[in-house]
Amino acid sequence: MKPTDIGAPEYFHKVVDCQWACPAHTPVPEYIRLIAAGRYSDAYMVNWNSNVFPGILGRTCDRPCEPACRRGRVDEEPVAICRLKRVAADNKEDITDRLPKPVAKKNGKRVALIGAGPSSLTVARDLLPLGYHVDIFDGDSRGGGMMRSQIPKFRLPESVIDEEVGYILGMGVETHFNQRINSIKNVLGKGYDAIFVGTGAPRGRDLDLPGRKEAAAHIHLGIDWLSNVAFGHIDKIAKRVIVLGGGNTAMDCCRSSRRLGGEDVRVVVRSGFDEMKASPWEKEDAQHEGIPIINFHVPKEFLHQDGKLTGMVFEVVKAEYDAKGRRNLVPSGEADVTMECDAVLIAVGQENAFPWIERDIGMEFDKWGLPVLNEKTMQSTIPNVFFGGDSAFGPKNIIWAVAHGHEAALSIDRFCKGLDVKARPGPAVDIVSQKMGIHEWSYDNYISEEQRKRVPLKPLELALANIKVEVELGFDAKLGFAEAQRCLNCDVQTVFAPKLCIECDSCVDICPTECINFTIDGEEVELRSRLKAPAKNLDQAIYVAGNLKTGRVMVKDEDVCLHCGLCAERCPTGAWDMQKVLIQIAHAGAGGGK
Amino acid sequence: MTYLPKPKLHRRDAPVNSLGYTRADYEGAVSTLCAGCGHDSISAAIVQACFDLDIQPHRVAKLSGIGCSSKTPDYFLGASHGFNSVHGRMPSVMTGANLANRDLIYLGVSGDGDSASIGLGQFAHVMRRGVNMTYIVENNGVYGLTKGQFSATADKGSQSKRGVVNSDSAIDLVSLALELGATYVGRSFSGDKEQLVPLIKGALLHRGAAFIDVLSPCVTFNNHAGSTKSFDYVREHNEAVNRIDVIMPHQSITTAYPPGSLREVVQHDGSVLRLRKLAEDYDPTNHLNAVTHLQQGHAKGELLTGLLYIDSSAEDLHVHLNTVDSPLNRLAERELCPGNATLTALNASLR
Repeated sequence: MKPTDIGAPEYFHKVVDCQWACPAHTPVPEYIRLIAAGRYSDAYMVNWNSNVFPGILGRTCDRPCEPACRRGRVDEEPVAICRLKRVAADNKEDITDRLPKPVAKKNGKRVALIGAGPSSLTVARDLLPLGYHVDIFDGDSRGGGMMRSQIPKFRLPESVIDEEVGYILGMGVETHFNQRINSIKNVLGKGYDAIFVGTGAPRGRDLDLPGRKEAAAHIHLGIDWLSNVAFGHIDKIAKRVIVLGGGNTAMDCCRSSRRLGGEDVRVVVRSGFDEMKASPWEKEDAQHEGIPIINFHVPKEFLHQDGKLTGMVFEVVKAEYDAKGRRNLVPSGEADVTMECDAVLIAVGQENAFPWIERDIGMEFDKWGLPVLNEKTMQSTIPNVFFGGDSAFGPKNIIWAVAHGHEAALSIDRFCKGLDVKARPGPAVDIVSQKMGIHEWSYDNYISEEQRKRVPLKPLELALANIKVEVELGFDAKLGFAEAQRCLNCDVQTVFAPKLCIECDSCVDICPTECINFTIDGEEVELRSRLKAPAKNLDQAIYVAGNLKTGRVMVKDEDVCLHCGLCAERCPTGAWDMQKVLIQIAHAGAGGGK
Repeated sequence: MTYLPKPKLHRRDAPVNSLGYTRADYEGAVSTLCAGCGHDSISAAIVQACFDLDIQPHRVAKLSGIGCSSKTPDYFLGASHGFNSVHGRMPSVMTGANLANRDLIYLGVSGDGDSASIGLGQFAHVMRRGVNMTYIVENNGVYGLTKGQFSATADKGSQSKRGVVNSDSAIDLVSLALELGATYVGRSFSGDKEQLVPLIKGALLHRGAAFIDVLSPCVTFNNHAGSTKSFDYVREHNEAVNRIDVIMPHQSITTAYPPGSLREVVQHDGSVLRLRKLAEDYDPTNHLNAVTHLQQGHAKGELLTGLLYIDSSAEDLHVHLNTVDSPLNRLAERELCPGNATLTALNASLR
């Protein structure tokens, strides 16, 4: 097969599974090494550059990096990447002098950001240092969007939001809080060079079931209820609460209820437990707080008496899979279940809503009511209007909102400079050999055998007593170090120079995961099948290098390489080298252009 | 070498043998030899052979003398018995161990210095006695531990790293083993595991004295242009007379070869050595034919490799000595002391 082109930035980027999986492509191993070295401020800044909200994300991220983590394929559990981020945020020194200062000389371009959530704030952060004038509008009195209004304070303390939103507002944004935009026409008429829409997915889905209207006073939409709790408008709930829905919002609702007077709080979900949308760790957290999760129950009716909610009726279903593997929920034949309750929180999904975007301005919407966007550039059908966050493609999460913000900022910058928005600059790639001596490397190549560390928690009775008390205590320095050492340093790449190889087999013999082979060349499928340990994981590349003296090729299966560097230590000629690849995705202003 | 212990994380889908062991279970401590040493490849080949043969590690005794090669038993079969003997005296220790417990699999690992210089006498006698063992010489032609002087197997006319020409004749351990009565004789190359692994497997299954001479380049002192034991030289002059597949009695034979190209040798335990002929008219079961070919190859400057000689009906030391079937170390007082009555009868018969 064709020799691998290790010069293409995607090749090594894909080997760094966590960074590849992160929507914002945070250089994860880079900051984890800095944490291990106790350089928390430096680790924080590596994060801040990529994902903008390290302290917030270190508590709330959906962590697509962790299922991708290579350690999860050779050990029981992946590295606790998300909570390590928090270690950097918790232990850093004052980093304000490292942040970009407000730019004195503006470039004359004006940008309006609608909504002050994570995507808009990311756009602001990327554009302000380039000299843009940025106006930000939000209906609330402070910045942060759903990070502030919907994530309960026991998961994300207000001080962390204030700090990280403050860093950006301090860079010279002109804020227009308490100003809900009711007409995009108005904004379009103000002569902005570009407009960014980051208004989230603010409408909670309702359930139109018998009794919904009659008992309305005791039935709340999850996200609205959460924001009322967040802003202090609601501070108690009845004793018996049913939360409908299986997503992370449902988990926040039930855990908030436990703290506001709910004693018998239960989650009831249509699907099976395993198919619930909530992240596994959020389900665990809810169960830890004594909240049962009852699955395969479809809500049927609200029971009420004299305008007072008395309970709910559920149909019991089971999952059946058709020939194509699609799941259908069909009646189980069991009798309906009635549960008594005093209040119900409906958290069965949320939707985008754009009542404030007039439909006669020439913007195209698709059949689901979402704006038609270019997925890469975030540009709408009106060239100077861009979208991001949940308002772009429906509800996702904070880290996706940040990624959208970066892309939109890059687009806005190119658009304002008259450059082709679709032409995207590639990432900055920096490759440095880690060799310090015969068997000394500038990274710690010892492979830790420690198991994943659990985050210490506040005792349950203290945690449930006050909705503002943060449940997780975070890793201390010692636990953080132990967890950081579990990282395999996947960004330190095995780089092979065929010309230097004498085919002594030392690397083959030492490799603890049997990744390296010297064999006759062949087509990829066939080649994968006849390696010392067949390369069965097709998501992972095989690294092929030719031109060896015996006419054979070197084939390395990237799948479970520990990046321990033993191949390079055992190589007598330096044909293997360990080289750190730092990949940074292009942000606004990258790739030149005037 | 490396300072790190071998990482304990392994691939989840690592192949397992019928005992449920992975290859890693047959490994030993991390090697302290120079990076690139051929000896490490031989260790890996031994690991592979034992894995393939479903050998229980605790049923193996590995013995060695002194030298770089003799350090290697620490680097494979970490769960086996081991004995690191005095320089050149491994064969007598192995003979004694074998006599005491005939049930273990004996694996001797030695070098060209240990076997062809200080231990040449011991080497000769362990071969002629037919001790049931596998004897591997990791042959690099130099004394690596003392910075690269010529050993007794260095070819006449070959050059040291500093350009000195060797004026002494070389000892060819393969010819010697054949002459002295070894009944399984092979030669291979550390850089060719496809040939080496089955050769070791065949030797481990052989009853009698099995000897394998493995050319194992010393990357630090003997891998240069004037050397005849370098990777390049061995690859250029390697003439494999055959390739072998070792088929255990319980395995079925699946691959087919054209008629006449294959020769099957059944060993005493029922295992089959399938020899794919590479050289015309080479017959490894014919002692005279093997010796002649070796001499002819030597004259042409070729290094003959493969299974050079096999006598599948060989008998070992225990047969020669007519020992009891049960290992001597398990014979207790009951078996060894026939009692007063028997002694009296014996004495009476002699009066």
